[in-house]
This record gives sequence, C-alpha cells and structure tokens, in this order.
Amino acid sequence: MNAAGAAPGAYGPHARKEDARFIRGAGTFVDDVALTGMLHGAVLRSPLAHARITGLDISAAAAHPKVEAVITGQMLAEQGLAWMPTLSGDVQAVLATDKVRFQGQEVAFVVAQDRYSARDALELITVDYEPLPPLIDAKRALLDGAPLIRDDQPGRTTNHIFDWEAGDLQATDAAFAGADVVVARDLVYPRSHPAPLETCGVVADSDRITGKLTVWATSQAPHVHRTLYATFLGLPEHKIRVISPDIGGGFGSKVPLYPGYLCAIVASMRTARPVKWVEDRSENLMATAFARDYHMHGEIAATRDGRILGLRASVLADHGAFNATAQPSRFPAGFFSVFTGSYDVPAAHCQVRAVYTNKAPGGVAYACSFRVTEAVYLVERLVDALAIELGADPVRLRMRNLLRPEQFPYRSPTGWEYDSGDYPRTLAVALQTAGYDDLRREQAERRGRGELMGIGVSCFTDAVGAGPRAHMDILGLGMADGAELRVHPTGKAVLAVSCQTQGQGHETTFAQIVAAELGLSADDVEVVHGDTDRTPFGLGTYGSRSTPVSGAAAVVAARRVRERARIVAGAMLEVSPQDLAWTGGRWQVRGDPGRSVGIPAIAMAAHSALDLPDGIEGHLDDKAVYNPPNLTFPNGAYICVVDVDPGTGVVTVRRFIAVDDCGVRINPMIVAGQVHRGLADGLGIALMQEISFDADGNCLSGSFMDYLLPTAVECPSFELAETVTPCPHHPIGAKGIGESATVGSPAAVVNAVIDALRPLGVTHIDMPMTPANVWLAIEAARARDGRE
Amino acid sequence: MQVPAQVEYERAVSVGHALTLLARYGPRAAVLAGGHSLIPMMKLRLAQPETLIDINALSELRYVEVADGELRVGALARHADLLESAVVGERFAILHDAEQVIADPVVRNWGTVGGSLCQSDPSEDLSAAFAALKATLVITGPDGTRTVPARRFHTGPYETVVAPGELLTEIRVPASPGGGSAYAKVCRRAGDWPLAAAGAMLAVDGGTIVEAGIGLTAVGSRHFCASEAEEHLSGAPATPERLAEAGRIAAQHCRPVSDQRGPASYKRHLAGELTVRALRRALLRARAGER
Amino acid sequence: MRITVIVNGASHTREVEPRLLLIHFLRDDLGLTGSHWGCDTSNCGACVVWLDETPVKSCTVLAAMADGHRVRTVEDLERGGVLDPVQQGFTECHGLQCGFCTPGMMMTARALLDRNPNPTAAQVREALSGQICRCTGYENIVRSVLWASARQAEADPARPGGPALDGRGPA
Ligand SMILES: Cc1cc2nc3c(=O)[nH]c(=O)nc-3n(C[C@H](O)[C@H](O)[C@H](O)COP(=O)(O)OP(=O)(O)OC[C@H]3O[C@@H](n4cnc5c(N)ncnc54)[C@H](O)[C@@H]3O)c2cc1C
Ligand code: FES
Ligand code: FES
Repeated sequence: MNAAGAAPGAYGPHARKEDARFIRGAGTFVDDVALTGMLHGAVLRSPLAHARITGLDISAAAAHPKVEAVITGQMLAEQGLAWMPTLSGDVQAVLATDKVRFQGQEVAFVVAQDRYSARDALELITVDYEPLPPLIDAKRALLDGAPLIRDDQPGRTTNHIFDWEAGDLQATDAAFAGADVVVARDLVYPRSHPAPLETCGVVADSDRITGKLTVWATSQAPHVHRTLYATFLGLPEHKIRVISPDIGGGFGSKVPLYPGYLCAIVASMRTARPVKWVEDRSENLMATAFARDYHMHGEIAATRDGRILGLRASVLADHGAFNATAQPSRFPAGFFSVFTGSYDVPAAHCQVRAVYTNKAPGGVAYACSFRVTEAVYLVERLVDALAIELGADPVRLRMRNLLRPEQFPYRSPTGWEYDSGDYPRTLAVALQTAGYDDLRREQAERRGRGELMGIGVSCFTDAVGAGPRAHMDILGLGMADGAELRVHPTGKAVLAVSCQTQGQGHETTFAQIVAAELGLSADDVEVVHGDTDRTPFGLGTYGSRSTPVSGAAAVVAARRVRERARIVAGAMLEVSPQDLAWTGGRWQVRGDPGRSVGIPAIAMAAHSALDLPDGIEGHLDDKAVYNPPNLTFPNGAYICVVDVDPGTGVVTVRRFIAVDDCGVRINPMIVAGQVHRGLADGLGIALMQEISFDADGNCLSGSFMDYLLPTAVECPSFELAETVTPCPHHPIGAKGIGESATVGSPAAVVNAVIDALRPLGVTHIDMPMTPANVWLAIEAARARDGRE
Repeated sequence: MQVPAQVEYERAVSVGHALTLLARYGPRAAVLAGGHSLIPMMKLRLAQPETLIDINALSELRYVEVADGELRVGALARHADLLESAVVGERFAILHDAEQVIADPVVRNWGTVGGSLCQSDPSEDLSAAFAALKATLVITGPDGTRTVPARRFHTGPYETVVAPGELLTEIRVPASPGGGSAYAKVCRRAGDWPLAAAGAMLAVDGGTIVEAGIGLTAVGSRHFCASEAEEHLSGAPATPERLAEAGRIAAQHCRPVSDQRGPASYKRHLAGELTVRALRRALLRARAGER
Repeated sequence: MRITVIVNGASHTREVEPRLLLIHFLRDDLGLTGSHWGCDTSNCGACVVWLDETPVKSCTVLAAMADGHRVRTVEDLERGGVLDPVQQGFTECHGLQCGFCTPGMMMTARALLDRNPNPTAAQVREALSGQICRCTGYENIVRSVLWASARQAEADPARPGGPALDGRGPA
C-alpha cells in the first residue's frame, strides 16, 4: 500500500539534505552557539551517594574575580524552584537543599565569564556532608528498615514507588499448571546509558526588556520542554522559545528536562546575560539519563512438543533517586507488557515493582520504545531457555510459535493490537541470508575441534509511534503531532513539523514524504523543525514516533493541500474537481491525459488573480494534527554469529544478519543506517556497556574509559534484508525503524554466546558479557562438571 | 568538557635547555611529552603541576634505530614511529605486537615511548614489553647520563627512578641472537587498557632455551616481569610442557587486584594463559628465524 | 601567553592561558566549531584535527603546544569549492547521521588515505578505532572511506585505489 498516487520515484535512496552542512563542519550544535556577553555555567556535584547537607559555603567561589553568580538550592527554594517536576509525575531536586541522593547530584551552580573559570570556582565551594547509608541494590531498598531515600515526600515510609501489572493472572497460572514443561530464568538487564556523542547542554537567553526567554537546548522534545518551562517557571508560554539546533544524537537521553537547563535559565534571568551550560562526559554518564536497570524473573510454559502455553514475568525496576522515567503517563513500566513478543502465547501476566535507590534518576527510553527492549530480551532469552530444555533447535521452536500472517490484526494476551507482519517469512529470509544450515554444520565441525562458535537468533516485535491520545500523554500532553505545509507560488514547499531530528534525517525523509504526495522533487521541499516559534505543537522525537506520527501528520497535511489544489486545478482546466484524477503526480482530467496540471502551476494560480471557486480562499497551504489510531509494530528476525575464545572469554561477533519489517520504506538508505546503529547498540549493550556502582554508590562507569562503547573494530559488517508488510492504519503504511535494532539485537548476541558455550553446559550469563564474565561462567561450568 | 587547572608553560628547545628549565622550576614542574597521560590527569585535576616543560621540540630525542644489533629508541619517539619501523617489526616483533594494541591509532600518533614508561601506570603495555626484552633505559640529568635496567626503572605505581630534574632520553634493547618475541593482550575493546598482557622473548639454540624474558602488565607483577617463570625456562628444552608450566608459574607469582574490569582470579588466569600464548608465538618466531 | 598557530593556512596570533586545550582554542577563540568534543578522557575522537600532518586528539593537546605549528581542521577539507573525496564519500554512502563524530572521522580518514590510498575495510576499521560513532554502527563510515579511496583512484589513475563501490550498498 501506499502512497496512493505518490509521485513515482519519490521514495527510495536519496542523499541527505542535512549532510551538506555536517561534512563541512558547518552544523550548529548547542555548544556552537555563542552569544554576545555569554556566561558559562558549571555544576557542583555530590561526591557521595547519600548524605545530609549540613553546610554550604560559596563565599570563596563568589569572590572569584571571574565569577558572576553562584546559585544554591536555598536560593532556588526561595523562588519555589528547588524541585522540578519529572516526566513521571515525581519531583527531582534542581539543586539539593536537604540531602544528596545519588553520586553526581547537582548541589550548586557557578556562572563565570569563561568555562575554565567556572570550573575553577567549583573547587572553591565547600560542602559539609553527613554521610547516610547508601542503597544501591534494588532488592535491599525494599527491605524493612531500609534507609528512607525520599524523606522529602511527606508521609512516605518506604522506598517502594509503584506496583503495576498486566495480563490475566488466573489464565496464566492455569496455563502453567497444565504445562509439560516450565523453564525459568533470572535475567538482569543492566543499567545502561544512551551516551550520545554530544552531551546535554543549553544556552539560556532571558531578555529583560522583551521578557522573552530563548533556550537553545539539546532537546528531543522542544514543545514539551516549552510547556514544562512555562508551568514550572510561571512564565507566559508565548514568551518562551525553545530551539533545538543540530543535535549530536539523543537516543532518549535528551527527552527529559535536566537540572542544568533550569540552572542556566535561572542564572540568565538573574544576570540578564545569556548563560551556557554544557555537561562534561562524566556528568553525562553519572547524572543524566540512565536506561534499563530491570531485574527480571521470567517463566515460560510449554507442551513437550514445543507449543508455548504461557509467559509470566515479575520485574524489580530500579528507578534511582527520583522517578524520572520517560514514558506515557498511564504506562509506568512503559510498554513492557508487550513481552509476549512475536509469539502466539495464549496466556501471559507480568508485574513490575519499582523502587528508589541511591543512583541517578532517569529511566529514559534508550532507543527502546519504552521498555520494549527489556520485554524482548526477556522473551527471547526464555524461548532459548525452552529450546535448551526441550533439546529443540531454537529456530524450529520459534517457527512453531511465531504469529502467523492470518492472525493480524492480532490482539495480544496483554491487550496490544499488533498491526501487521509476516513473521515466519521474515525469519525464513534471515535464515536464508545467514545460511543457517551451513552455519550449524560449521559449528558442529568446530565443536569437534574444541572451538566455541555460537549462533543466536532473536525475533522481535517493537511497539512504537506513541500514541493514541486517548491513552497516551506525557504529563497531560496528548501524544498527537502537528504539521503545517505551505506551497509557495513557484511550487516550492515548506513543511514545519514538531518532531526534532538528532540524526535521523528528517529534513530528507519528510521532504520525500511531501514530495511523494504532491508530485514534487524532494529537493523542492524544505523541512523546518526544532524551533517552537516556527513549528506546530507536538511531542517530539523518541520511541520511533517521528515517521509514525509526525510523518503521518505531514502526509495528511499534504493530502489536504492536494485536495485544495484539485479545486484550483478544476478552475484552471475549467472542469469540475470531481472530474480530475491524481495521476503521475498531477491533477489530470479523467480520460484526457493531454489535460493536466502539476502542483507548481496550481500553486502559482492559487496565488494569482484567477477566479477561484467558492470554498477556497487562495494560496496553497494546510495543516494537520495527527492522532494515531494505534501504535505501529515494526518487527524482525536477527541472527548473530559469535566466536568465543575459551582461554580468555573474549567474544568476537563474526556476523550479524538483520531482517526488518518496518512497513513501507521512504528512504531505504536512511532505514538501513538506522538499523546499523541499533545493531551496534545491541552489540555494545550485550558485550560491554554497563553503568555499575560499588557498594558505597560510587559510579564506576563515569567516563568512556570504563563505560565502553563499541568501536568499528568490534562491529562486523552488518548484513541486512527486509520484508514489507505495510501498516494498515498509517497513511503511507510506514511503521518506524529508529529503535528496532536496539530492541531486537541484544538477545541475539546473548543467545549466540550461550549457544557457543552450550558444550560446556553454560545456560545463562547476564549482560554485559565481558571477557571476565564469560570466563567466570566457563569456569563455573567446568567446576560443576568436575564435581559431577 | 573537563579542563586543566592553571599552569605555566615553557618550551624546551634542546635536552640541555630542558634540564635547565627543570632545574629552574624544581619539583613542581612536569615534563610534557605527548601529554596523553598527563593532560587527561590534569583535566581530571589528578595532576596539578605548576609548570609544564614541553619537550616536543626535542627532535634529537625522536628516533628509532638499530646500531650494532642494539635497538635504540629516543624517548620522544611516538608510538606510531615504533610501529612504522620495519626493522623493529622484523627483529623486535614484540614491540609491533604491543604497539598494535596500545591505545588507538590517533593516540599512538602523539603519545611517546618515553612518556609511557615514565607514566609508570601499572597497566602500561610498553613497560611489560621492555621488561621482557630486558631493555636498558638512559636517564639524563644535570650530572650527565646514567643507565638503569628496565626492570629497575619502576619503583611503584606512577613512580620511577627518574628524579625531578632528570629526563628519560633513550631506551636500548640488546640484540638477542636466535631470539624471537611476542606480545599478547586481552582488553575489553579496541583502545582499552589491558585486563592483562604478557610479553615474551626467547632465544633458542637448537631445542634449548638459552634466554627467556617474560613481561607482565596489569597484574601486579613487580617490575612488570615474571622472573620465576623465566628461571624455569632458561637452559630448559623448548617444549610445550615447559612453556605451559612457565605460564602456571607466572600466574602463581603475580598479584592482580579485583576491580570492575574483572576479578583477580580471572586476571591471574590471564597472566598464565597470555604468558603461554606469547611464549609459543615467540618460540615460533625464534624458530622461523624471525626475531 | 601569546601563540601563533597556522590554522587551515591562515596565521592566528592570540593571547591564551597556557592550560587552554587546542580544541577550545579552535572552537572558542577562532570560532572554528566544526571540530567537536565528546569526552574528557581522550577516547571519543570527536576532536581529531591535524597537527602538522598528523591526526591528533585536540582535547589532549594544549594550544600552547601548537604554537608555531600548522593545524588543519574539517573546515579545510573542501578546497576551492571542491569537496574532498572523503566528504563526498560520507554523503554518497550515508556515512553520517547526527554529524557529531563526522569531522573527526573525516580528518582521520583523509590522513589514512594519504598514507594508504587503497586500504582494506579492516584497515579502515582499525584506523578509526579510536573514534566513537553512536549513530552509524560504522558500517557506512567504512563504506564512505572505501568509496573515497575508489573515487580518488578514478580521478587519478596513477594512484592505486580501491574497487569501484556502489556507495549505498544493500538496503
Ligand atoms: C585513550 C588512551 C588509551 C590508552 N591506552 C593505552 C594502552 O592500552 N596501553 C598503554 O600502555 N598505554 C595506553 N595509553 C597511554 C599512552 O600510551 C600514554 O599515555 C602515552 O603514550 C604516554 O606518553 P606521553 O608522551 O603522552 O606522556 P605524557 O603524558 O607527556 O607524560 C606522562 C608522564 O611521564 C613524564 N614524562 C614524559 N616523558 C618524559 C621523559 N622523557 N622524561 C621524564 N619524564 C617524562 C611526564 O612528566 C608525565 O608524568 C592510553 C592513552 C590514552 C589517552
Ligand atoms: S573529545 Fe573525546 S577524544 Fe577528544
Ligand atoms: S553520526 Fe552521530 S556520532 Fe557519528
């Protein structure tokens, strides 16, 4: 389906428009913004994970000759600004007033004439801390008598945040009771970090005379930020302009508001000068935007011959010191309940319990579409565990249980309605691309020689494009997106959208979308985004929602313009609009191919003296607000091939095959790039990325020396293929692709490593599968063998 | 981005000038070579020297040459210089093995051999490689030069015998007739510091090991070497069993500590495993007439 | 202290603090914001520029150390309105997404191709291994560099180059 009447050739690989500036080093990132008289901020952070603040002396810092202001929590409290709302309806300290609750928490903000002096002045501030016992382990945080982290909340007596469940408990218990086989696994999805290459930052410019606040920020959701600033700061919303200039990657980490942004804004208001604050890398890793940290117990029930009967999961979710998780308000555990994945599972139930710990807040959707990554990891590990238990080939077991095309639209046992897919074919394409049978033969040979080669499979279903506003909102803002399209007299168009690119190539893809609808060249469509004064309202770019929601809004706006154009064309050709058909990107008189007009001519006419029929005012523009009827469900089948060095535990990813169904592909080149990114992500998460802590709550992963991200050497050359089942409810059948590979790939890597270690009897290793962790598992298995 | 604290800067134009400057500014001055250890430490404010004496202009200290069979490396030779030297690749293969896995190509462009040794990081790779090669280091001070065996150069983590006012100027590696050498390292990712690494040098005559050198890093070995394992090899037949036993001995005598990169037990295992791998490769090279 | 650095062919004299990092000198003092920074520990390579002919991490070099030397940044890749083949390759092969790592990647790639005009994919990966990209999974960066290698060979047949490549690769 698609693109009913889309101009031929508009979809397809198209070099990106945004590249022209980036390859010349001419992008404008937040740290590139330099305003006259601009000051520089730096944040003083807590060295302790849990402590009461008993004294704070800023006098020496304030006396530094280049320091213009020092802001403390107390000063903010006087303005009622010491605590800010989080995206989950909790509050978070902007600057600590009473206690610090995680290492790296914001304590004071220094503003100086240059960034070096601001950093120097931090050393001049003394803080007295009375240490409190830190709670790092989520399980211990729930024990009776555990120290209370959030004593700022009146009446609170425990560290428990919420309990949430989905599915039919009774039906699931019954399914388990009647099953031949039940397999359980405890799985930790470790705390991770999106770590975009550009850290977070802001330039706040409060104009004393006009009262206008302009905020250049690394924001994936500029409109949401504007509304939050308005309500939190008590500023009139039309006096706030949020600009997200070029953004160096986001991956969910640039959705929330951070204390540094607010400090810079307050500092700008106080000093009446622009204030820049850009976090350094350790601030980014220690205090900004963690993801995951799900401690899961999963169980799968099946018949002896491999028919899955039920799934259960119970999760302990570590939310850190403030509940700042980013997800639609009514989904405190995100879309975790989509955890039945790609399978026809008759009964399922999951429960999630969230707790506070003395760790950084966050819980952002790190390319995970709101906890779908955790969900997919759980089910894909459980299916592999079942395969081991049954002695079945993991591929055959999956084939047997995958949803079949005729089951769509499919209602899952936890209530999701999957749109479309051909899962068996997608897996078949993956097997064929990989040469699965040959790989298994090679593996057998290698095993004969004592070599450890593993093949891991993961089938996944993502849930993206949030979402229907009746169900989904963020702090009360429904998740619908606007789009405004203007066609200039000469037929060149400007599309303004609310979503914001951080590298996804919206300036190109969205131009192609409009071009396809209007029979224009993508080069003739300019996309405006990332500036709240110039774009319609919308919720931003995350959860793979740009194409599913804003993309759809652009299509609807373009189709409205096309209908207006039809009326004008009718007047031009002197026929009734009803007698026109949209053909080959032009309005053509039915049955008379010789008489047709294209959008440029129509646009000129619409702006001219042409006498237009009633009901049309002239000019050629329109807008739309798109409220998606449902989520979209991109899906895929991934195969990973690894080699494990038994002497060192080092894992090498030799091949990675990814077959994705993201519906209709607007720009396949960009789609492939999105998949590549996610595969590298998955490999990194599976093998090396972890934010870890010692028992005192010191973050052990506060730099790129210890928070390891994959390089070009660890990544194999990725092998991609596709299937296409258009989304039936999206106007052009697109489903979104931004996060699929991050969602689907970690399980494939882990399954591959476990498969490699099968001859040794290893059945599970938690991520990240570092050389040490792999070797320890091998040793433990050998020790067990020795005992037996 | 983190930034260094205030510091003064002097650029030396010759070794003599550098020594004069070092004398003038005293113990709160630091030699600045590639800066790829020092500047990151200054950014984190773990190092706060008062004055930097930049020695990058001392082209007289930037060379890699072989004279009388002996390899001589100027302290200011960059990692990349060592890697580019064909004669090093042929005759001191351990150094190419090591340099291929030290940091990353861009860091190697600027970090220096002398800086690496003087940094004396307990996980430094070249310290182990030069320990295996039984190199001699040349130190120049106000009173002239002195030489110190690589194995007596490091006095502790981040400490060496180079006194304030002195410069490391040269590294000398003796020729080892009939020898082969190799380096084996395990890290978590390209560009990562070693979890453990081992360097080996073997000189064989017929089937007998006439000389053995084993260097270890990141596992708490004194002076970056495994002398007990070396003793087990010298004069012994070059058999797989011997090499394996040497690995066991090396593992037994090192003193790794647990950290988030891995537990001590794992690092100890690696010390043994990598020692054996390096020895095997060194032996192959010795036999192939490679060195 | 007063330093003079020849940046992209133009001489710049400035009064700077000795502690000033080269990346900040380029970005803040000279306004050459094409080079970026992404870490505190010399790991990410977003800051790579050439010091004389050598790619270095400019976050780990003091501006003072560049006094009297030449620096080349991404802003100098395009010359006389003609893009460097590496720049073309990155566009042709979708070698960038957010563009933040791109200047550093291109500077290293340019230096690689100057020394080794015909690298293998593995050599390209190794050359870029001190640089992090969070967006591309490196696949298309490697293709971009190989594309540039092939393009250079076409443009200058005397120079050995890689195989002709269809930049877009499999969808
Ligand atoms: C990202 C990264 C990864 C790295 N990975 C590794 C790795 O895997 N393995 C490894 O072994 N190393 C690694 N290193 C360290 C690197 O090899 C060394 O930092 C670097 O080469 C040290 O040399 P330098 O010239 O930069 O020394 P500098 O930083 O200039 O100096 C280091 C110390 O030595 C002193 N010094 C320097 N030269 C002399 C001299 N001639 N005489 C007396 N004192 C002197 C300085 O005063 C300073 O105290 C890594 C570095 C980085 C930045
Ligand atoms: S900024 Fe990360 S290496 Fe220079
Ligand atoms: S393109 Fe975004 S970091 Fe490389």
